Amino acid sequence: MQLTIQEVEHIAELAKLDLTEEEKQLYREQLSAILDYAAMLQGVDTGDIPPTASVLPERSVLRPDVVEEPLQPATVLQNAPHQKDQQFKVPLVMRPGK
Amino acid sequence: MSALTDLSAHQALQLLQNGDISSLQLTQAYLDRIQDLEPQIKAFITVTPELALKQAKSADHIRKYNTKEDLPALLGLPIAVKDVLALEGVRCTCGSRILENFIPPYTATAVQRLLNTGVVILGKTNTDEFAMGSSTENSAYQTTRNPWNLDHVPGGSSGGSAAAVSAGMAPIALGSDTGGSVRQPASFCGVTGLKPTYGRVSRFGLIAYGSSLDSVGIFSYSAADLALIFEQVAGRDPQDATSMDLPVPAIDLETNSDLTGVRIGVPKEYFVTGIQADVEQKVRAAIQQFEALGAQIVEISLSHTEYALPVYYLIATAEASANLARYDGMRYGYSAEAATLWERFKQSRGAGFGSEVKRRIMLGTYALSAGYYDAYYGQAQKVRTLIKRDFEQAFEQVDAIATPVAPTTAFKIGEHSNDPLAMYLEDIFTLPTNLAGIPGLAFPVGFDQQGLPIGMQLMGPHFKEDALIKMVNAYQNTTAWHNFRPSIL
Repeated sequence: MQLTIQEVEHIAELAKLDLTEEEKQLYREQLSAILDYAAMLQGVDTGDIPPTASVLPERSVLRPDVVEEPLQPATVLQNAPHQKDQQFKVPLVMRPGK
Repeated sequence: MSALTDLSAHQALQLLQNGDISSLQLTQAYLDRIQDLEPQIKAFITVTPELALKQAKSADHIRKYNTKEDLPALLGLPIAVKDVLALEGVRCTCGSRILENFIPPYTATAVQRLLNTGVVILGKTNTDEFAMGSSTENSAYQTTRNPWNLDHVPGGSSGGSAAAVSAGMAPIALGSDTGGSVRQPASFCGVTGLKPTYGRVSRFGLIAYGSSLDSVGIFSYSAADLALIFEQVAGRDPQDATSMDLPVPAIDLETNSDLTGVRIGVPKEYFVTGIQADVEQKVRAAIQQFEALGAQIVEISLSHTEYALPVYYLIATAEASANLARYDGMRYGYSAEAATLWERFKQSRGAGFGSEVKRRIMLGTYALSAGYYDAYYGQAQKVRTLIKRDFEQAFEQVDAIATPVAPTTAFKIGEHSNDPLAMYLEDIFTLPTNLAGIPGLAFPVGFDQQGLPIGMQLMGPHFKEDALIKMVNAYQNTTAWHNFRPSIL
């Protein structure tokens, strides 16, 4: 199976990754080879086999609803590339309507 | 090698308790050795001498003004920590440029529990970027060298921690293991390494890779030293809902040299063509030693073993693609100067992540994408069930399962760097453990013809780390492989 460049670009868009043309070509080849290898799973009969999402026994994990001391705003923001008025500053998300 | 940095954790603690040495002396000896060897080994991303000396002085002060009974268990013992576990105020890079300047606002539970028992932190060790790799060659900072032969990799992803212990730069190191990242480097560097049961040690503050597979693990010179650390880090943590509320048994190693009544399974699927001849030979010799100690050796089958590699690479990358979505260039980490939201998102990730991380995010995104989810991720989760059942059935017959840790000894730097699939194949004997969530313990059992260490793995049922530690302790009480140190340093 050979992924197309368009498929690679589609995955990169879903993953929000900026890739160079060389990276697209490289990942096209490498991901195709890895997916070929993974194709061996298609031959396994899993008709009535449930999926495993976690190896732990299913259980509810509860705790008392007690207010605890949270991290201080300055601590939370200490790694922010851009901040203003105790908030993360990000590029415009939605344009204001006319 | 100076005498102090030759000591096991048990020996060092004994000397500290007797007042024969101070923590300051011990810590300074390790810092000196790190300074001497680091240019060759490159085990650390960040060394923390000021912090270490401060903690050591504090430990000595506490020891001076308290009675022995009141002292914390590991008071004054220096350790190294893989740079994927957060330590408040100390840069945590995960081996990635995207976290080059990231200062964690809190400390990982596993690290905090050791701090609570008085340890001294020497520094943060090198890792493949986001723990994705088997050699540390994917670190954005440096490739760690194998202390047994500097042209060879130390294994990965916790290669910095393994090399640090192997080279006597720390008697104990923490690591993480998602598909073999503690056991394979332990094997390549000739030290002892434990991947505990999933849910046994809190993952709070461990930077996430594959959340259903990640475990915090330990490196040391022996099973006896592992027990010291494991008893402290294991147990329920309210900050990690997947940590299990089960008692952590005190591991009594005194009464243990006879393995009569212990049944050890040897799965035929792990002794296949492609395995290096002297690896098989030494592992089989070690199995004979377990038999000589009284264990009963039983041939078993884990029939779905061949599927573990594709299952792992679909599930781990799918989970990674979701976990690494948090690196958006907005809240922390590298941020590209782009004008629009999505451009900043894409450019920050494109420039901040290295090649292997992007490859795995791409693979995981594909496996989860519309139209392919059932065929790839869904099918992988079902085959994961079959792999897990293989182990459940095996553990009805046996108490532990013995295998090689890896099909080869440490490979040369650059040997697999252009072939991701060949690199992934280095992990075929360690991945099933993470898929089943069971514990695995790697320990040295000899050397190959090039003088590189060979490791064996014992896997056990869920939450039976104590049994594995006792078995390996019995082996190490009667053999000397774990006592060898690299001679080239």
